[in-house]
Amino acid sequence: MALSWLLLILLALAVIGYFIGRSRALASAGGDARDLHSLPSYYGYNVALSALVPALGLLIVWLLAQPMIVNSTVSGMIPDGVIAEGTDRGLVLSEVRRVADGLDGAVALGAITEAQANNAEADIEALTQQLKDAGQVLTQDITKPILVAAQMYRSMTATGTVVMRILVLLVALIGAAVSYVRTNKDFRARNFVEQGVLALLLLAASIAILTTVGIVLSMFFETLNFFQLHDWKDFFFGSTWAPNFRGGSELSILPLLWGTLYISVIALLVAVPIGLFAAIYLSEYASGAVRSIAKPLLEILAGIPTIVYGLFALLTVGPALVSLFGDGGVLGVGWMASSNAVLTAGLVMGIMLIPFVSSLSDDIINAVPQSMRDGSLGLGATHSETVRQVVLPAALPGIVGAVLLAASRAIGETMIVVMAAGAIAKFSGNPFEAMTTITTRIVSQLTGDTDFASAETLVAFALGLTLFVITLGLNIFALYIVRKYREQYE
Amino acid sequence: MTDLTQAPAPAAKPKSGSLFEKDMRTKRRNAAESRFKMYGIAAIGIGLVMLTVLVTNIVTAGLGAFQQTYLELDVTLLESKLDKKGERNLDDIKKVSTFGYAPLVSAALESEVERLDIQTDLKPKKMAGILSKDALSKLRDYVISNPDEIGETVSFRFLLNSRVDGYVKGRVTRESIANDKSITAEQLDFVDQLMAAGVLYKAFNPDFIFGSDASDQRPEAAGIGVSMLGSLFMMLVVLALALPIGVAASIYLEEFAPQNRLTDIIEVNISNLAAVPSIVFGILGLAVFINYMHLPTSAPLVGGLVLTLMTLPTIIISTRASLKAVPPSIRDAALGVGASKMQAVFHHVLPLAAPGILTGTIIGLAQALGETAPLLLIGMVGFIASNPPDGIVAGFLSPNSAMPAQIYEWSKRADPAFYERAWGGIIILLVFLVTMNTIAVILRRRFERRW
Repeated sequence: MALSWLLLILLALAVIGYFIGRSRALASAGGDARDLHSLPSYYGYNVALSALVPALGLLIVWLLAQPMIVNSTVSGMIPDGVIAEGTDRGLVLSEVRRVADGLDGAVALGAITEAQANNAEADIEALTQQLKDAGQVLTQDITKPILVAAQMYRSMTATGTVVMRILVLLVALIGAAVSYVRTNKDFRARNFVEQGVLALLLLAASIAILTTVGIVLSMFFETLNFFQLHDWKDFFFGSTWAPNFRGGSELSILPLLWGTLYISVIALLVAVPIGLFAAIYLSEYASGAVRSIAKPLLEILAGIPTIVYGLFALLTVGPALVSLFGDGGVLGVGWMASSNAVLTAGLVMGIMLIPFVSSLSDDIINAVPQSMRDGSLGLGATHSETVRQVVLPAALPGIVGAVLLAASRAIGETMIVVMAAGAIAKFSGNPFEAMTTITTRIVSQLTGDTDFASAETLVAFALGLTLFVITLGLNIFALYIVRKYREQYE
Repeated sequence: MTDLTQAPAPAAKPKSGSLFEKDMRTKRRNAAESRFKMYGIAAIGIGLVMLTVLVTNIVTAGLGAFQQTYLELDVTLLESKLDKKGERNLDDIKKVSTFGYAPLVSAALESEVERLDIQTDLKPKKMAGILSKDALSKLRDYVISNPDEIGETVSFRFLLNSRVDGYVKGRVTRESIANDKSITAEQLDFVDQLMAAGVLYKAFNPDFIFGSDASDQRPEAAGIGVSMLGSLFMMLVVLALALPIGVAASIYLEEFAPQNRLTDIIEVNISNLAAVPSIVFGILGLAVFINYMHLPTSAPLVGGLVLTLMTLPTIIISTRASLKAVPPSIRDAALGVGASKMQAVFHHVLPLAAPGILTGTIIGLAQALGETAPLLLIGMVGFIASNPPDGIVAGFLSPNSAMPAQIYEWSKRADPAFYERAWGGIIILLVFLVTMNTIAVILRRRFERRW
């Protein structure tokens, strides 16, 4: 709540700044706007932006930096002896935070006083009891060093917040004051404001870079942590996936990669022929009327959320396949035991990818110059011969690019495989068996109660980074091919 | 010259047969032609059949969730059970647990059976077994909010439990309950008798659309309303962040960016982010917003932030397209009458591009609304959204679910009655998506200018 007040005050300051800046500029020109360098409103914007932008920037930087500084100071305070066998500094630190939150909560409820919470010599057992009575969550008994660290954590956070508020308001006031003083009729307010706005626009555009950096860093450091706990050779080249939350897990990506690729291949076997033939028909044969109806209808399939496909696979396609291939099924072969299977996930993912392949291929086929078709038809080839022997070879690189993009979609797809592929990691060629994928395991390792110091949780970040690298590589390669191909005919 | 004309005719044999009769080769080629065309038609046919199957499946499986089986019952709120002291003291009334209301319902059922003259061997307690567990708590809530009506007879419409509901809707049959402990064939006979008497009926169930989720014991009481609010708050965050940032980034890249290394890096990043799997954004959200910045888990604010990062590329790409569509003559005219570059863009180009930007934003929002995978990682699944948030700040910060996350949650529960809920939830989700896309298409048709 305090933060929103701070923001409101800043906003109010900016609004006031706008009006006083504008009126000061007008006053300096004797009330005649024609004597000003810029339009009067620019002088107002100048004051408002000078008040708002540096203050907000400081606020954001402070909010990001404070937890980092507090954490490193507090973790430096914890003696090595406290860190029990089998845990690490991060775990103790989260315990410290929990105690600090507990103290905060108890003070807010009035169960203990501020002085009691800050008393380093406090009777630990009594304090624990008081916290528990106040309904605060403590996972283990407080020890002396943890209590001291927690108190340090609280005091640093509290001081930091107060200092931050004062500094932010000060910066806002100074900014407003400086720009107010500089306001007179010869001040080039428009140029100044426009440069500021340009900087903000650049900042907005840079968020894309920040996001990528954030994605890579957030996974990279946790992956490094993971490789300290787990051998990287086993992760990349091992053959078993058997997480065990009591330790001694075998965490290897290969069985997951196998499942992922198997499902993706089935999906592509469904999507590529159907999508490609649909694209050929729509771009080479269909009349305008058919095209204008069939194309949007197919593209509806692309707009349906993946959760719908997941449910469709889980509740409709899976049971239908079991009734075909399962025990006592129509075909009487008894190959399929449960509706969770590679085939289920692959088929449904294939349906999802049909419009993706078809609309990309459609664009690419349309980009083949008409003169090539005319030449082929003029030599007496039939329409289909023209398509097969002239249009498709010319469009082939683009189509390969489209298929690669579809493959990257399939590899990164989550909901369908989470709901329909199963949870068993193994190397098997049987499409009627359940298998698991990288995305499924990321979800299962990171949902529920997770402990960010165990290899079993951290492996999800390594999996995520691998997934990111694979899909990124596929995308860059595919876009390169598609672009290269487009240039050829432009 | 004459030599040429007198040259002997080629020795090739003249083709037999007429031009009007196709030879084998032509026939084969024509057959290949029509086969090829058939493949194309078949491919489109398969696609459309899949679409039809999917839509039919959603509608048939989901419509049931909008109807629920109810039993109308007059319950006498006995003072001796609910308020022994007779002082109407709210604290005393609250001391009676939901369990204490069971005799009232049993008694009401018994008298109803007598009134309707239904022959049954069931004991009153067994009769009450057809009601939802939700019925007693509804009754208790009613009494606590209307303590004055203790002692009177009030007419209630109770939910029936999911097995009875399934029986009425045809999902549960007498064969399928053979091993089911929670319902017996006699109870189903009793349900048939009540239905014949007209006090037990199917009716539209507004609680499914507006109500809250229920624990996995009471599928009949679960609704999607609270998670709809969660989705709404997330979309507000996405709209408030992705639209201004996306538009600002597009204006920079399209109108001001110089040709340099930084611009190239930004462009490459945006096109790559558009293709990053959504689950990776979930990992980012978990690591940055929750583990590092300690924002509350399961909060729509965090979900909104993650979805913002995910939809930004979509919005930037469509905004740039619509900025590009504004002809340079507009900019030149503005610059010609003395506007600065910034004024030309903000006063003239941006308003002309606004319909296109709006269309792109709506499509981006629709995409974000249906996204599930990142929400799994930031804890918006597995959470029972039982109370609507109180107030706007709580709406952003207190734990909630979202529509697709709620659907996923239902699909994981054991009771098949939840599957009907999940399909019903999908109908609601799709109604939102179709509406948003229709608005986008209408906006484009209505305001798009061809230069």
